[in-house]
Amino acid sequence: MSITDFVLAVEDLTVSFDGFKAVDKLTMYIDKNELRVVIGPNGAGKTTVLDLICGKTKSTSGSIKFKNQELTKLSEHEIVRAGVGRKFQTPSIYENLSVYQNLEVSYPKGRGVFGSLFFKQTAEVENRVREVAAEILLSDALDMEAALLSHGQKQWLEIGMLLMQDPELLMLDEPVAGMSAKERDQTADLLNRICKNRSVIVIEHDMEFVKKIAHKVTVLHQGKILAEGPMDKVQANEKVIEVYLGH
Amino acid sequence: MTGTMSKILGGREGAIGLAVLALLILVILPLSLDLFRLGLVGKYTTYAFVAVSLVLLWGNGGILSLGQGIFFGLGGYLMAMFLKLEASDPISTKIQTTPGIPDFMDWNQLTEIPLFWEPFNSLPLTILAILTIPALFAYIIGFAMFKRRVGGVYFAIITQAIALILSILIVGQQGYTGGVNGITDLKTMLGWDIRNDGAKYVLYYVNALLLIGSILLSRYILSSKFGMLLLAMRDKEERVRFSGYDVSNFKIFIFCVSALISAVGGAMFTLQVGFMSPSFVGIVPSIEMVIFAAVGGRMSLIGAVYGTLLVNFGKTMFSETYPELWLFLMGGLFIAVVMFFPNGLAGVWDKYAKRVGFIRRIMEGKGKADKTSADSNTQGAKA
Amino acid sequence: MFDYSMAEIGNIVVMQGFSGISLFSVLLLMALGLAVIFGQMGVINMAHGEFMALGAYTTVLFSQVAVSYDIVSYYFIFAIVAAFIIAFIVGYLVEYGLIRHLYKRPLDTLLATWGLSLIMQQAFRSIFGAKEVSATLPDWLLGSFQPTPDIDIPINGVFVLVLAAVVTAGVYIFMFRSRWGLRMRATVQNRIMAGAVGINTKKVDRVTFALGCGIAGVAGAAFTTIASTGPTTGSLYIVDSFMVVVFGGAASLLGTIASAFGIAQAQSILQFFMTSSMGKVATLMVIVGILMMRPEGLFASKLRK
Repeated sequence: MSITDFVLAVEDLTVSFDGFKAVDKLTMYIDKNELRVVIGPNGAGKTTVLDLICGKTKSTSGSIKFKNQELTKLSEHEIVRAGVGRKFQTPSIYENLSVYQNLEVSYPKGRGVFGSLFFKQTAEVENRVREVAAEILLSDALDMEAALLSHGQKQWLEIGMLLMQDPELLMLDEPVAGMSAKERDQTADLLNRICKNRSVIVIEHDMEFVKKIAHKVTVLHQGKILAEGPMDKVQANEKVIEVYLGH
Repeated sequence: MTGTMSKILGGREGAIGLAVLALLILVILPLSLDLFRLGLVGKYTTYAFVAVSLVLLWGNGGILSLGQGIFFGLGGYLMAMFLKLEASDPISTKIQTTPGIPDFMDWNQLTEIPLFWEPFNSLPLTILAILTIPALFAYIIGFAMFKRRVGGVYFAIITQAIALILSILIVGQQGYTGGVNGITDLKTMLGWDIRNDGAKYVLYYVNALLLIGSILLSRYILSSKFGMLLLAMRDKEERVRFSGYDVSNFKIFIFCVSALISAVGGAMFTLQVGFMSPSFVGIVPSIEMVIFAAVGGRMSLIGAVYGTLLVNFGKTMFSETYPELWLFLMGGLFIAVVMFFPNGLAGVWDKYAKRVGFIRRIMEGKGKADKTSADSNTQGAKA
Repeated sequence: MFDYSMAEIGNIVVMQGFSGISLFSVLLLMALGLAVIFGQMGVINMAHGEFMALGAYTTVLFSQVAVSYDIVSYYFIFAIVAAFIIAFIVGYLVEYGLIRHLYKRPLDTLLATWGLSLIMQQAFRSIFGAKEVSATLPDWLLGSFQPTPDIDIPINGVFVLVLAAVVTAGVYIFMFRSRWGLRMRATVQNRIMAGAVGINTKKVDRVTFALGCGIAGVAGAAFTTIASTGPTTGSLYIVDSFMVVVFGGAASLLGTIASAFGIAQAQSILQFFMTSSMGKVATLMVIVGILMMRPEGLFASKLRK
């Protein structure tokens, strides 16, 4: 397929489960430093799209190019190493480790078996951990066992674990689910800060939150793109209104 | 290098724990027990290798292998093959139809030593085999299963089936393996009589030092980033994978290390006890070794050694006097440990003994005694 | 293997095939119980073999009573029912006392039920003795019929086959055609939602587990018609039954039947040509090999996760 200057180029992507097409000939491009929000009713295929990009689900056909590198043939850890980070819908952190250890484990050195056996906890690692902890507002909780964090803090910690890897494309599945209003505002600020030097894809239902962060919105419906563009345009789109408000 | 040292020792608490264990098995037990009882300790500490390997694999990695007997047995058989060949010189076997081959081969109408036995005429090759073959076998099993993301109960059941296959195979192929009796009547190693009292002491100490070495090796692994990743994988495998790690490689590696440690235990068993038989390979010994680790504490390397010693002394004591009671007790132990003491003796120690003032002061060092137990949750891993 | 004529090999295959049918029936009954428990609840019951032995001992006891009252011809049907009920009740109690505390820790369940199996084995040994005991079978179960002069088909084999078929049909109807089965399947798929719509999920778990144990009890009753029972009888079948369940794809009834058939037939036919132990080794090795290639089992379907 075409060579582009997009960070992510998804073209004609299709996946079917026993004949059911969860994602159907999807084409979507993400710019450098863009923050894209994907919305859509339940079952629209939003999470499946992220699963396909990060390699959790294998596509039936189509291509996913990240900086012109084909991702559909790579395994999950290779995709991560290429520079794609992914946060799951429910916070996925290591509950038995401390916040510090959670971040340290995510540091992108010592990723092989022997690399990890001889990995040294240098000042560079520590600085990076503290830097990220400050970014995600958890500087005071570094020694705390991660299980003891509040739900919102767990979401931040997982974002922080991704930031440790400094990915060029960050994908967040419902990052503000279960957060208080204040935490949502803080998260919006966080996302606006971190998309300064990377591209971000966010799946979200909370429209107030979407308005605060989105550069562009993609509306998915039944595995296809229903509309794409700035938030206000999309909100005025009749097809979108019909899908959301019912028939 | 000091960082590496303190990592291996596990800080003050780990160092004290290890020192106490070393004192017990290197000094106190040899001084206080007669040779027969000490021989039992020696035998039990060979099982402790397997328990330690299970702390790595199961406690920290969350991978339950019900087939560690495979590796213990392989290590033991490989060593037994060497000793058996040495014991089967033409003079001492001259009454056989074919002198110069192991007795069980002669009984099974074999007239020459099978090809795969030949390397075991050499001690260096035998030692090399002990250090590589079980680990290689683990690599093959691990590669096939972990690359396909088979884990949890499936892994447990399949390793159990492999243990069963191997034990039936050994029993069935008696001309090559000694069958159900195993390989017996082992006498000397390079002419050195392993049955006399002096040799028993030497082998006891070699075994004890190897065990301590295995604990140190395991400590290093657990205290490195690898160890942290093991815990992380046990918790949230997906998250580790999506942090850029090839999870299967880590599992394969730790499975191989656990096989290697178990195999060393098996080889030392053969040397100390003087025989090896399929009853150390199959389903029952494999799962019993899991309970040794569970009783000691699945997260505690040192606890696993105590657990092994305690359960086995209990077994010896009860099966001598009340053999009926023992199986009830053993069964009850499985259930009680799982239901009430999931962290075993080490967990009980962390919870209760450390409340006693002077123990806490010794363990944590002076001036730190007032430190609360906020970090006691992570200490299980270091103990 | 080449010393036989084609006709002889044909007869051997038919007869060994039929002795395989007995093994198939027992394995299927064992595996059905396991599949219900493992497939529906994700619980590994290592004491499953002992529930089979429980059913077998129940049948033996019944036969002893029947002999003393001279009603050997009729007791067997009642013994089957009793084997089911007793194993069901013990299973129910075990779920209540043990299993329900461990649902979140499947590997620990495995260890705890192994402990239970040790206790049950020793209990059998203490009560019934270490020697194997047999049930006195009614006359109509003995003997064989010969469709051709060279082929000899034992009636007890036919009987356990019919029994296995009836139980399989019963399980199918229970799981897929009854309210209870619906509740069970609902609980498996979404425990929280099932609870929310008023299903007592704890009770469903308990009945599911007990049902699996009850079926193992029936397997034990069937077992008495082909062999005698000892304290460790159950443990001889546990690995095979697990292999049947995993090989068939844990949640598939058809898969369980097919894999029980394949494993039992392979074992009995290979046993004739090799030694008994090598036949078993060869079969298990093939299964483990295939499972390494296809860990989800033969009959599992691809699902959206």
